[in-house]
Amino acid sequence: MSGILSSSIARKVAMALSALFLIIFLIIHLAVNVTSLFSEDAFNQASHFMGTNPLIQFAMQPVLIFGVVFHFVMGFVLELKNRASRNVKYVKYNGAASATWMSRNMAISGGVILIFIVIHFLDFWIPELNTKYVLGDMSGYLEGTEKLRYFEELQHKFVSPLRVGAYIVAFILLGLHLAHGFQSAFQSMGFNNKYTKCVKNLGTIYSIVIPLGFIIIALFHHFNH
Amino acid sequence: MNLTLKIWRQKGPQEKGQMVEYKVTDISEHMSFLEMMDVLNESLVAKDEVPIAFDHDCREGICGMCSLHINGEPHGPDRGITTCQLHMRTFKDGDTIYIEPWRAKAFPVIKDLIVDRMAFERIQQAGGYISVNTSGNTQDANSIPISKYNADLSMDAASCIGCGACVASCKNSSAMLFVAAKVSQFALLPQGKVEAKERVLNMVAQMDIEGFGNCTNTGACEVECPKGISLENIARMNREYLKASII
Repeated sequence: MSGILSSSIARKVAMALSALFLIIFLIIHLAVNVTSLFSEDAFNQASHFMGTNPLIQFAMQPVLIFGVVFHFVMGFVLELKNRASRNVKYVKYNGAASATWMSRNMAISGGVILIFIVIHFLDFWIPELNTKYVLGDMSGYLEGTEKLRYFEELQHKFVSPLRVGAYIVAFILLGLHLAHGFQSAFQSMGFNNKYTKCVKNLGTIYSIVIPLGFIIIALFHHFNH
Repeated sequence: MNLTLKIWRQKGPQEKGQMVEYKVTDISEHMSFLEMMDVLNESLVAKDEVPIAFDHDCREGICGMCSLHINGEPHGPDRGITTCQLHMRTFKDGDTIYIEPWRAKAFPVIKDLIVDRMAFERIQQAGGYISVNTSGNTQDANSIPISKYNADLSMDAASCIGCGACVASCKNSSAMLFVAAKVSQFALLPQGKVEAKERVLNMVAQMDIEGFGNCTNTGACEVECPKGISLENIARMNREYLKASII
């Protein structure tokens, strides 16, 4: 690692900035998904807008992909460096005495989230790209109809109980990742003052509400298709 | 009380070490942990065996020399104390106690339980000071007004004794809390602001060169620190570093 990211603090800050970006993205993603609970039409319209708007498709989406890849690659590099910094391990190490499981296992929760994202990309994103940019079908219609396809696709994904179960596990791990990550990002950027308690509480709320939201949506469609 | 001790023995920096089991009997609960080690060493010497090497000096919690990783935690299970202040009443008769040296690539073992903490010295030499003329014409300290609030925060940071428990407890062997305390104690005072930029950049660069890991904000260092150095210092160092890097 060279240049601007050669310093340990610069790497911390880069992790924090990409994390905050992803935290904001999750809110937007959940907001779109939540519409599927109330209205098929609203979800279809929102999805169609997100899937065809040039600003989102060609400006925001590449930034998002970069953010996701950067956060994972950087996290992986940091984990390897950190492991190497203790070449002889303790025979007895009581990590739980001084730090939470979440904070000590960000690589494990992050790894599960990575597996989820790869599956998610193969499930949704790659077929989307294929339909829109390879086959050239920008209509968003279900094949042979004039009805938007997004809601149908969403429901179809949540039929299998195995898939829903795996989805829930991934989001529980995301919650654990965020439970530490949210406030950690602020600390890394040098934010630790009288508002820190508030940030920590906000992080706890966020790490429960966002994953729970996605889980509720998955369960709703599983039982209502 | 009677105890089973599992202690790391290593003849030298290049030798391979291992855990060796010892039994100690009739240990008083009023003994300090190091006194218990002294008793064990006396029994080893009486048997013509090599005593266990461990660091210690003042034995009253201010020098930062003692450095044992006891039952998986630096300075043992109690909070806000160094190993020399840990008393045997913390343990129960029949306990098995694991005693290991600090573990970090930047703190190589010299012998048994003694590690080389010169990495901390080199970080200090990179900027943990202020360049004032001390050849007899130093001005009166009280001539520069300092807010009580900042003076207290600076004093809290300066109470770091550089023992290395932060590194030992951190799952990443990060030295951030130590460096942050040393950066903060000066950054908070007008005398330290003059060289603040070079200080934080140089000390962090040296910290990275020494091979300490990256901070992931687990907070273990703050919990295990015998002097209660706060994580706020790490946030302050991050701010100082960003300010120095960008402006």
